[in-house]
Amino acid sequence: MSLEVKTNVAPSKTKVMTMKRLKRREKIEGWLFVLPFVISAAVFFIGPLLVAFMLSFKEYSYLDMVSMFEAPWVGLSNYINAFQDSTFLRALLNTSLYSLGVVPIQLFIALVLALIVDLNIKGKTFFRVAYYIPTVTSTVAVSVMFLFIFKTDGILNKILSFFNLPPYNWFGDTRLALPTIMMMAIWSSVGLYMVIFLAGLQDIPMSLYEAARIDGASKIQEVLYITVPLLKPTIFFNLVVSLIGTFQVFDQAFVVSNGTGGPLDSTMTVVLYLYKTGFRDFQMGYASAIAFILFAIIFILTLIQRKFFGEETEF
Amino acid sequence: MQKGFKLSKVLFYLILVGYAVICLGPFLWSFITSFKPTSEINNFNIDFKTLSAKNYIFLWKEFPFARWVFNSIYVALLVTLGNILFNSMAGYALARINFPGKKALFLAILGMMMVPGQVVMVPTFILLSKLGWVNTYKGLTIPFLTSLFGIFLMRQFFTTIPKAIEESAMIDGLSRFGIFFRIVLPLARPALSTQFILMFTGNWNSFLWPSLLAQSEEMYTLPVGLNSFYGQYYQFWDQVLAGVMILSIPSILIFLIFQKNFIKGIATTGLKE
Repeated sequence: MSLEVKTNVAPSKTKVMTMKRLKRREKIEGWLFVLPFVISAAVFFIGPLLVAFMLSFKEYSYLDMVSMFEAPWVGLSNYINAFQDSTFLRALLNTSLYSLGVVPIQLFIALVLALIVDLNIKGKTFFRVAYYIPTVTSTVAVSVMFLFIFKTDGILNKILSFFNLPPYNWFGDTRLALPTIMMMAIWSSVGLYMVIFLAGLQDIPMSLYEAARIDGASKIQEVLYITVPLLKPTIFFNLVVSLIGTFQVFDQAFVVSNGTGGPLDSTMTVVLYLYKTGFRDFQMGYASAIAFILFAIIFILTLIQRKFFGEETEF
Repeated sequence: MQKGFKLSKVLFYLILVGYAVICLGPFLWSFITSFKPTSEINNFNIDFKTLSAKNYIFLWKEFPFARWVFNSIYVALLVTLGNILFNSMAGYALARINFPGKKALFLAILGMMMVPGQVVMVPTFILLSKLGWVNTYKGLTIPFLTSLFGIFLMRQFFTTIPKAIEESAMIDGLSRFGIFFRIVLPLARPALSTQFILMFTGNWNSFLWPSLLAQSEEMYTLPVGLNSFYGQYYQFWDQVLAGVMILSIPSILIFLIFQKNFIKGIATTGLKE
């Protein structure tokens, strides 16, 4: 645009001046536009991140008389202790199982629903909206609702009794509590991933399907050989988001177990344990070490996925 | 051929309706139960004569639910407005304005998005308590006024709108801020409503931070309040579920109002990379 101005009209002195001034102003304006974010990120993110890293090598309680900068250094012992702490290891196991169960199932359901809802089907807006409603609902509300539906003399066990199944103590049984929370998590986030899949599906050119149809491909072949490969970037994105999200599970486990991670640590998750050590036991150095272990896990998982999926996302 | 096509259509509808029942069933059953008297909660039939809104009135009058609703609305609105304004500004600058350090800043944002929020929980809490912001509206809002994800979303969106409009406005002598507020933001309506849904519902539903920062009953937001109410009155499912409805219906309504642009918004903001 600026070039056009210069070639069409003889470059008057004032115009060149304005352009220069505009350029200079751009530099200042750019920073003015990002300033609120930069301040907020520096104060509430970068600063605390550095402090958390420092704390993870210290023994510090919020209740201590000394400030955190004077708290004693303990080297790596917070990190070493975590891997010898049976509750933390249990939390790590639970969180991994939770993630391993929830991620593939919820992405599969979301993809199937997205493929169907993307077809020219009557009432598709209704279905899209209906599937998204659990996603906009508070996890606390969802947890309480499920506690009611899944209670021993609740409606789910009543329905199961029609199929001659015994009543289960869903949230009270150490073997069932975690799977029940997993069901809840799948239920409440399928909608989100469906919408993202739907957005990805809009980008696949119709011409590819038309060409496939001329070549006599069946619907299932279309899905397997066109939709899924072309949807790979979206699948990768969802995989990363879902994995990161599941590793941070907290609300459901907190509400269901009344903050204890019970029965018998069967619903103890990494973030719930982080909360407990940091804000119930006030071992803030130890809690910070746990936080960085969580960060490391998420970081490594993302890198691994990028290795498998990421390279091919450009097409 | 025709027959096979019909059969698959029937199967599709079965899946769609079946999953819709799974999605909406728990809400419906909880909704009905919230109108029942306590004696009826384990009755699987619905006796319409016994249904009444008395649980809602009870929660409103005898418990601080009205206060919690106010807190939740106040906090969620402030945080949402802050996010819409600041994320859009930052996203716009990253997409359109040439300023030194832009690339580094964008890379830093992508990097920070990898850090789980819980990592900064302990120091941020210490900071807020040093500032005296724990158990205040300041503490519940000011740290949450911008979002990395929101900025990313807006940046992706702003790279898709044509530059020509802004350039002609600039030649007409409009300032950057003028262009941004008068021309760019009105064009960004789909992205803004997507952001509105994500930020409002996200903050309305947020539990971990408010449960740390709101320590006395009158500062609770609804999720924190409902959790504490459930902890004390879990036998009274009719009342607890009325609380669940008070918490969940507003965010569902917000979604229903703004959903028209939602999927379009997700598609144009390039959320899918």
